[in-house]
Amino acid sequence: MTALNVGPTPLARIGRFMADNPLVPLILLLVGLVALLQILQPGVVNSRWLANTIKVAIPLAMLAACQTLTMLTGGIDLSAGTVATISAFATATLTPLVGAPAAILIALSVALVIGLVNGFGVAICRVHPLIMTLGTALIASGCLLVYQRYVIATGTKIPDFLVWLGTGRTLGLPNGLFLFLPFATLVIWMQRRTGFGRLLYALGSNEAAARLSGVRSWQVLLSLYALSGAIAGLTGLLYLGVVKTPSLSLALPLDLPSVAAAVVGGTSIFGGRGGFGGTIIGALILTVLGTMLTLMQIPEGGRRILFGLIILAVTALYIRLTEQGR
Amino acid sequence: MTRFLSKNSRTVGLAALLALLLVATKLIQPDFGASGLESLARAVLPFAFATVGMTIVVIAGGIDLSMAAMMAVASVTAAVLMEGASDGQAAIAVLGVLVLGLVMGAINGTLIVLTRVPDIVVTLAMLFVWQGVALLILNAPGGGAAPWLRDLVVGGVVLPGLPTALTEWLPKAVLFLVIAVALIWVPIRRSRLGLMLYAIGSDQLAAFRSGIPVGLTRIVAYALAGLFAALGGLSVTMGTGIGEPIPGPYLMASVAAVVLGGVVLGGGRGGIVGPVLAVFILRLVRMDLTLLSVDPNVTAIIEGTITVAVVMFGGLLAVRGMQK
Amino acid sequence: MAESETTAPVLDAEGVSKRFGAVQALRDASLRLGKGEIVALMGANGAGKSTLVKILTGALRRDTGHVRIRGTEARLNSPAAARRSGLVPVYQEPSLIPDLDVADNLRLGRTPVDAFRHWVAEMGISDLRLDDVIGDLPLATLRILDLARALAAEPDVLMLDEMTAALPTDLVEKVLRVVRQQADGGRSIIYISHRFAEIAAICDRATVLRDGATVGNLKIEPGIEERVVELMLGGKVAPVASETRSRAAASGDSAIIPRLRLRGLKAGTRLADVSFELNRGEVLGVVALEGQGQDELFDVLAGNRRPAAGSLEVDGRPVAFGHPADAIAAGLTLVPGDRAHALLMSRSVRENIALPLLARLRDWGAIRVRDEAARVTSAIERLQIDTRAQGEVRRLSGGNQQKVTIARWIAKGVNTLLLFDPTRGIDVRTKRQIYGLVRELAGQGAAVLFYTSELSEVPQACDRVVVIFNGRVVDVIPAAEADEATLMRAAYGLSRAGTEPA
Repeated sequence: MTALNVGPTPLARIGRFMADNPLVPLILLLVGLVALLQILQPGVVNSRWLANTIKVAIPLAMLAACQTLTMLTGGIDLSAGTVATISAFATATLTPLVGAPAAILIALSVALVIGLVNGFGVAICRVHPLIMTLGTALIASGCLLVYQRYVIATGTKIPDFLVWLGTGRTLGLPNGLFLFLPFATLVIWMQRRTGFGRLLYALGSNEAAARLSGVRSWQVLLSLYALSGAIAGLTGLLYLGVVKTPSLSLALPLDLPSVAAAVVGGTSIFGGRGGFGGTIIGALILTVLGTMLTLMQIPEGGRRILFGLIILAVTALYIRLTEQGR
Repeated sequence: MTRFLSKNSRTVGLAALLALLLVATKLIQPDFGASGLESLARAVLPFAFATVGMTIVVIAGGIDLSMAAMMAVASVTAAVLMEGASDGQAAIAVLGVLVLGLVMGAINGTLIVLTRVPDIVVTLAMLFVWQGVALLILNAPGGGAAPWLRDLVVGGVVLPGLPTALTEWLPKAVLFLVIAVALIWVPIRRSRLGLMLYAIGSDQLAAFRSGIPVGLTRIVAYALAGLFAALGGLSVTMGTGIGEPIPGPYLMASVAAVVLGGVVLGGGRGGIVGPVLAVFILRLVRMDLTLLSVDPNVTAIIEGTITVAVVMFGGLLAVRGMQK
Repeated sequence: MAESETTAPVLDAEGVSKRFGAVQALRDASLRLGKGEIVALMGANGAGKSTLVKILTGALRRDTGHVRIRGTEARLNSPAAARRSGLVPVYQEPSLIPDLDVADNLRLGRTPVDAFRHWVAEMGISDLRLDDVIGDLPLATLRILDLARALAAEPDVLMLDEMTAALPTDLVEKVLRVVRQQADGGRSIIYISHRFAEIAAICDRATVLRDGATVGNLKIEPGIEERVVELMLGGKVAPVASETRSRAAASGDSAIIPRLRLRGLKAGTRLADVSFELNRGEVLGVVALEGQGQDELFDVLAGNRRPAAGSLEVDGRPVAFGHPADAIAAGLTLVPGDRAHALLMSRSVRENIALPLLARLRDWGAIRVRDEAARVTSAIERLQIDTRAQGEVRRLSGGNQQKVTIARWIAKGVNTLLLFDPTRGIDVRTKRQIYGLVRELAGQGAAVLFYTSELSEVPQACDRVVVIFNGRVVDVIPAAEADEATLMRAAYGLSRAGTEPA
């Protein structure tokens, strides 16, 4: 890369390098963490561990796709965990009644509708995405409780296909990859090679400039939040197969880590920078970190503090780096 | 008088709505009386404190998403410190919790000013941090509360010289709220500091040019929010007798009450009375629905929907205002 | 310039400089103010006036130089510190808190109420109540309140920035009288204004800035206008011997339908009533001092703002834009003045240029990579954009950034281009390229509206010029006659006798 300014500060140079090759430092960090884990507990890193790590990281990465895409526009989707839970619960309870395909269809439609409500609030009423998605999450989880009362008698069944996807292995690797690899390819293609993907970056980078170029931002935001809802619904299906017991708080523990995965993966919470590639590595990093915290017997409270501080520190660092690099 | 009315039309309207709802409650439940009022007030108390704290930061042009989490920290700290403590120790514990609230809020504010990360992101991160802290202090609901403290908010007011039949209509919880707000917020509101809080929320540039220390004032706003969060957390412990490490639904409720109460998200406008009335209205609606034997979960949905609708309507109004 | 040696000056700023990144906003500014003096601070757009004002009022810190008030070094670290030093400003935008009432605002600034009331009454506002909320009051009243508040603080130095801009005539007279009385009473005043008539009426001296340095310090006397204009231009008043263009087809011919026709356009508080026509193949210059309504004009034309009154016709058909997308669909594309408003700073050159190609719903699918690459590459070549640092637009030089904002519309296809000060703060070579491009586009049949703050550009790029003052078109000048001095006089409202109707 040609440096245009003479003698940038080391910090600025790091910032520039990170902006050009965001994945390199992340991969280094991941490798470092794995090495540390091996040192802490020799022998823990093996192929079984690898498969398990991937299995755990996949739903996290998929839910983090919601955060990545919304964060590209400077938003966030805090309803993703709730939506995933609802989709999983609906599928498990409806399958005995209407059969697996119809149950999945209904579950995904519900997820889409919640996404549309978010989109309406964010795009048209211009409510801050954080407040809007938190609010819909609240309503949706209330609906879930009511719904649960009426279906408790019917029993639950998890479609075999989802169990195969969630827990099965092929050649030692989790079957979840059959869903995840096409999904990830599609998301990365969309974010890079479609008009819609470009507009996400454009809105997050400078909404006023996008407007002056003729972009009607409400169209983009409405579609985006609907898409995010759909992805969360899909994640719920997969996670149902992984966990195998539908519960009312199934995917909620993924809510906070999904934000952290996107932030750690280099997507700026202010929008305009980052992408799903980094998020996948971010999800792996968090999963390894989680293993490490379990090994060191850190309680849940400590984890939350750590995740909160990571989000804050990374965001503050990004502000510094981008200001330096200007 | 007319000028007062036109300036406070929102507050007057909310008060009228509250009165109307109380009448409706009486119609739904003919034996709704002093005790009903008392339990309503006690249930509202933590919400009301959360709302007051949120109102202050919103007036100053910010928002604090860690409100409910800070309340949880205060609640468990109080419960842990007071378990088995003497009355004197409990009083010190209460003071300690209030200081803790101020400190937590000041940390939020300082991080916002120093890191220059937007308030909404900082307080989101701190929401998780305070949640974690609460869980570290107390893993599951537990602890205790000093009996005299419980007496502060349970029951009706007893005033010597006045018949109990009259004074029992004023719940202690309401009195507690009024006294706390009167001691903390009213003096500030009347001082130059209060004006500075409104000023930085109203127009930061004009405030800066008028020589107001913007960063410091913002930290004070968050510290005050922390203080009211501590009061809210205390009132949870006072009301239930135990500490609650999982944050209740106070965040969304307080945001909704703030918007419904006429405080503009973005800052500079509104007062404390409107949001407090609004929070009473929201809780009363919930109580009425319960009295109508609506499923409590459905009640939660209705409440959430009202909240989101209010926020969305507020957003639409703001969009309209911008286009004008 | 030896008149200020009688007594020690009240305010003495010397050798003040300030740099923003690569831009040297102030090089060597000085300003001296004696007791009881009113000094006009003057300079063309970009001369460094507002930077100097910000330094004196504590909103910015100077790099070098010193500021003394009554002989002692003034601490100007913050607006509050500047006030304590005895320097109180009245800014163009009122610095009262909009959501508080008058009394609270006074309390906030620790302003004595009686003195404040006295000054408000003195300036002829009788119906003010202390419990009026600032946001409900008209702008003219706010400016008076701001001035009254400043006067009540009894400052050593009062700084008035375009004090009379939003005021009706009767108030202007009262304000000028009060200001003059203040000076006669021994107060010192810095008076910033574009209006020569006012300066001649009340000021004692004029200090002129050009290119970040003080270039003159004149006593006010008859005929001062010419001398000040000369100083602001740097003595180069020689008329431009431009290659006289003979594109007579551009104007005057009423038979052809103009590309764009404006009738009585009004928007915001500044754009009052503007009408003109823009033809195909024409570059129409717009010249105005800062804040005369040109920002609002371009916003309305680009669909970024709705006009309060007036009509707009494109190719003879009336149009109303609700969103920039509507304007773009009608072929009106804007290059805004502030590049930060136009660019996706953290994105690549290619994404920035291709943005309008993807804006519509039907372009949301897969990007036609080859077509996009071809369009972007040809736009980059046509504008000769240096793409060595194309990964992030923020790393490009200012000139290259500006080219990217223009290249965006070249790639989309230009019909009517609205350029708002496209050459501000960029190097000479790039400026030349932009003029060349503008002429070329016009030659190919595009219509270009070209606002510029650099008057010397006008003859090089434009066919005609409309001059806007106070939100109205005050003059239309053919390029051949548009030398800097003529334009400057017109822009200051010192129009030639018998202005041609717009």
